[in-house]
Amino acid sequence: MEPEIATTKKKSRPLFDPQIVRRALKDSFIKMNPAKLAKNPVMFVVGVGCLLTTFLWIRNLVSGTCTPQTLLFQGQITLWLWFTVLFSNFAEAMAEGRGKAQAETLRRGRKEAMARRLLDGDSEEMVAATALKKNDIVLVKAGEIIPSDGEVIEGIATVNESAITGESAPVIRESGGDRSAVTGGTTVLSDWLKIRISVDPGETFMDRMIALVEGAQRQKTPNEIALDILLAGLTIVFVIAVATLLPFATYAVRAGGSGQVPDIFSLVSLLVCLIPTTIGGLLSAIGIAGMDRVLQHNVLAMSGKAVEAAGDVDTLLLDKTGTITLGNRQAVEFIAAPNVSAQELADAAQMSSLSDETPEGRSIVVLAKGYGLRERALSNQDAEFIPFSANTRMSGVNLNGTQIRKGAADAVYKYVRETGLTVPVEVEKEVTRIAQAGGTPLAVADNKRGALGVIYLKDVVKGGMKERFLQLHAMGIRTIMITGDNPLTAAAIATEAGVDDFLAEATPELKMQLIQKEQAGGRLVAMTGDGTNDAPALAAADVGVAMNSGTQAAKEAGNMIDLDSNPTKLIEVVEIGKQLLMTRGALTTFSIANDVAKYFAILPAVFGSMYAASAAAHGPLWALNIMRLHSPESAILSAVIFNALIIVCLIPLALRGVPYKPMTGAALLQRNFLVYGLGGIIIPFPGIWLIDNLIVVLHLAPMS
Amino acid sequence: MTGIGWLQILLFVVALVAITKPLGTYMKRVMEGESTPLDAILKPLETVLYRAGGIDEKADMPWTQYAFCMLAFSVVTLLFSYGLLRLQGVLPFNPMGFSTAQAPGYGTAITPDLAFNTAVSFTSNTNWQAYSGESTMSYLSQMLALAFHNWVSAAAGISVAVAMIRGFSRYSAAGIGNFWKDLVRSTLYILLPLSLVAALFMVSQGVVQNLSPYVQATTIEGAQQTIPQGPIASQECIKMLGTNGGGFLNANSAHPFENPTPLCNFVQMLLIFIIPAGLAYTFGLMVNDTRQGWALFTAMTILFMAGVIACYGFEAAGNPNIAALKVDTSTSHLGDLGGNQEGKELRFGLANSALFAVITTDASCGAVNAMHDSFTPLGGLVPLLNIQLGELIFGGVGAGLYGILIFAILTVFIAGLMVGRTPEYVGKKIEKKEVKMAMLFVLVAAFSVLGFTALGAVLNLPAGSLWNTAGATYNNVNNNGAHGFSEIFYAFTSATGNNGSAFAGITVNTPFYNLTLGLAMLMGRFFMQIPVLAIAGSLSTKKYIHTTSGTFPTDGIVFIVLLISVIIIVGALTFFPGLTLGPIVEHFLMHAGRLY
Repeated sequence: MEPEIATTKKKSRPLFDPQIVRRALKDSFIKMNPAKLAKNPVMFVVGVGCLLTTFLWIRNLVSGTCTPQTLLFQGQITLWLWFTVLFSNFAEAMAEGRGKAQAETLRRGRKEAMARRLLDGDSEEMVAATALKKNDIVLVKAGEIIPSDGEVIEGIATVNESAITGESAPVIRESGGDRSAVTGGTTVLSDWLKIRISVDPGETFMDRMIALVEGAQRQKTPNEIALDILLAGLTIVFVIAVATLLPFATYAVRAGGSGQVPDIFSLVSLLVCLIPTTIGGLLSAIGIAGMDRVLQHNVLAMSGKAVEAAGDVDTLLLDKTGTITLGNRQAVEFIAAPNVSAQELADAAQMSSLSDETPEGRSIVVLAKGYGLRERALSNQDAEFIPFSANTRMSGVNLNGTQIRKGAADAVYKYVRETGLTVPVEVEKEVTRIAQAGGTPLAVADNKRGALGVIYLKDVVKGGMKERFLQLHAMGIRTIMITGDNPLTAAAIATEAGVDDFLAEATPELKMQLIQKEQAGGRLVAMTGDGTNDAPALAAADVGVAMNSGTQAAKEAGNMIDLDSNPTKLIEVVEIGKQLLMTRGALTTFSIANDVAKYFAILPAVFGSMYAASAAAHGPLWALNIMRLHSPESAILSAVIFNALIIVCLIPLALRGVPYKPMTGAALLQRNFLVYGLGGIIIPFPGIWLIDNLIVVLHLAPMS
Repeated sequence: MTGIGWLQILLFVVALVAITKPLGTYMKRVMEGESTPLDAILKPLETVLYRAGGIDEKADMPWTQYAFCMLAFSVVTLLFSYGLLRLQGVLPFNPMGFSTAQAPGYGTAITPDLAFNTAVSFTSNTNWQAYSGESTMSYLSQMLALAFHNWVSAAAGISVAVAMIRGFSRYSAAGIGNFWKDLVRSTLYILLPLSLVAALFMVSQGVVQNLSPYVQATTIEGAQQTIPQGPIASQECIKMLGTNGGGFLNANSAHPFENPTPLCNFVQMLLIFIIPAGLAYTFGLMVNDTRQGWALFTAMTILFMAGVIACYGFEAAGNPNIAALKVDTSTSHLGDLGGNQEGKELRFGLANSALFAVITTDASCGAVNAMHDSFTPLGGLVPLLNIQLGELIFGGVGAGLYGILIFAILTVFIAGLMVGRTPEYVGKKIEKKEVKMAMLFVLVAAFSVLGFTALGAVLNLPAGSLWNTAGATYNNVNNNGAHGFSEIFYAFTSATGNNGSAFAGITVNTPFYNLTLGLAMLMGRFFMQIPVLAIAGSLSTKKYIHTTSGTFPTDGIVFIVLLISVIIIVGALTFFPGLTLGPIVEHFLMHAGRLY
């Protein structure tokens, strides 16, 4: 994984943190509440079965009509059925544990803040932060905690946002523009801010964040609901199959003249083994764990639906700057005009850039050093620096009567011509060449010699991005680079980075049109954005990740917020979404495939005595006992135990998600089908056989 | 098993593959309202029918309206047939005087429960027959009350299947087609011309076609024999083509008047499969990707061949108890006349009996040329399981295609998640509503088959009961033990599956069985078609989803394997306990020397 990606991950807790496990164990019992169980149709059926067998077992125990052997068998069945429910609850509690722990940390960190509310006129009053309403105006001074979410209306200050992002480097917040949003719970480090509160109490970002990580408002996602329906449907099919088995068996016992109709313990065991308890027990854990994985990447998903949609994304819109290229361009070459030496050009370029603190300016100074020019102290010169302005699109320096200018080529041409000098054709040619190669040409000129040459500024594509895009391409995801550059520059960078397409000279309107065009073609679109003008596009995109550094409008429009404000993370979010869906599919397939072996364990056990030639002998259907399990009791018991234990065994998989490597749909399907489909058919056979042998060794069921 | 037997099976598959594409293409043209070579003759007739019925054939129906028209049409025609059957005694074309005072001694009365059962049976494309045609039905009843449904129930099946295809092929559309137009066009342009050709061919082979009274003959031994007559060829063609299966005569396609020659037998088998197979291609054409259609066709063919191999294999192996009596049943000496010959026509032999049994149960046809009841236990399990898998191995006319599409949806939903995307099939997202309706489809089958069988297996009515004179419902079986259970199981499986074939060996013309089997047939038809149309309606409103290399490919070998696995696993998991107590235990018992 790329370093810049790896650094976005925070240190995460181990999967089985002892503290989380302890709490989850306790919660497993609390979750036995029937109202909670009813939300999960599969586990609800198991619960009803548990109650039924428990009642019958107690009745048999009290009445004393059963042998100790039988009571031992029935008691064990009942116990393991309860374990099945408990294990499923444990899985869910484990998945929730990490979020709950995090929410607690957040709560602890949220001190009871006071706010300085400004009243009409200039008076102010101190109120509790929780008493602030929308549109209240507060003043926050250095060292104070910002009481609630809001918009800076006056002032500029450095703010520590580590309470939200975990990043301790201060950020600047000021009125107007894209850096005006502040979040409650963060601290002003220097200066002061006047803030208009934008939310009512209980709706702050911190409140929502706590609710989200805790999973308190978790709603089932569309795919989860559909899967629930499938599982409920299968459960009903098996209820019918098991319920009708009783009359079928009654017929067989009457017609065959031997054997017994299976008892309720065996029937409930068969039912619980057949209904998809594995996926039913782990389904909600998978969903919660998916949200949690997103959170560990420091991305707040506003709903599980958004994470699910991320897996479906067909088109990724990625901003060039900061996502595909390093945020800044670097000077890589000086190309002097005819009759000007490279040394002279470098000298002029460096002079004009000495006070330019932008990364581009600094890179020019650094490149000039390579031409034997040392960095000069500014005080030695009688220099007047001309800052860059959007109007002139040039910057420069006036030095002893010489005016040096550097800037956009056409602006510099204009300057040269106004001075009465000409621009050599060679310079113009170089400018075009650099632009076509995807670079940014900066022309340099002075008022004595005219155009001196061109500085080649190059966008540097982040390391590893090309491989990433190749992987995305293999997954069938189209990447589109969004840039304000002209088409020529954009095309060159697009080729270098390996994206599939680009949108040059992008405006918010064009971006919006692109999203609509993609969606009309049946594609799901994901994008990142931070500015207020990104808000409509963020809202229109199927997955919109807003940068936490962005405006309030952008954050409200997106369905995820990246606390680190790192646009590259969109790719990880897509992968997590895919992993979430894959895990559900894999465990559903596994769960259903398991049933084959369970039939071969339980059916011979319940039908084995029918149509027997004599009362002592096994009937012909005992031949279906292909695992050679020791006795009907041990066969049923081992199937039930396997069924319960497999839930526990798969908890790590449910929490981590199935391993995912980017590849085509066909390749993924083939691999997962072999592992979880074929594996799901085969694994229970040795598993049940092993448990059966253990049971017999431990004398928990009769030998034959 | 013999080389010549396999050669005939192979020939059948080759012929089927050859017909699929041209017929599928033609059916697509018909159902999409495009021009066809037959327009010159049929277009005026089509227009007259619309005008006569006051139908606006250009109106596009939402699924609810489509379903309502389909149901209304079925109810009206069901009542029509019920009335006709009850009144046949006073109606013409009744030379033998059935249901009148002049009825011959062997005649069976059409009681209200029998009329209900029969009307439901033909309306639902089942053709379950609780009566013997030649001893119960007048020629008018055969032609108007029964054969009429052979056409329109098949046409309704095609219509529903095509409506479902439109769910996939239309984007953001409110409607799924016009039921009346679909019904009329599939009858006129598809069923009518094919039946005409088939009927003429059958007459050339010796199938009877007349309105004469039965012939009395004296056999060589001097015994008196009544030889039935009737308009058989005209009913026989649509019986196969529309996967109806209801014979004019009780012996069905085992009778020389219905199925006289091996060539006729071959054509009959082909007629069962051509429309279902062609519709798979029609599906591919309509969704603009014929590979999708061929994928379904391939999955069907693999399941079909698995059934043929199993059934033919078990029948050729025969009964070890007979071999133990030093009777030579070896197919290596006797060829197609070895193995288990009980209940088979010597004209057809083993291969063609097994092949016919598999075809008629893969499809929802139910015509038989051999006695399924007399197959070896596992040989008989194959037809039973074929129906229980949902009759989607080519399947009934229309019903087979929508059945396999339902399973394609389930497959894509279960396994498709494994590619990490919300499941989609031929450009449509599969979501809550589709899954709900697909599960309903599966549930109805399980509920009806297992529920009614459970009732039949244990219901202990008093002897002489009005509902069942034999008393307990399990007393109606002619065989003891596990085989008797198979007979009850098969009856309700066949009714729910709208197949109509019988394991026989069970007396079903009693109010209890007529009623329960009738209900099973209604559920198996309409409770399954309504979810199908609901899915069509839901899909048609959806947008097209762009397919990428990240999509679950549904035209490749992995999908075919998955689809087959889901069909077998869902079917087997549902019905395995029942099968265990029927054919499977019987198989073990047979090898232990116990027969029923």
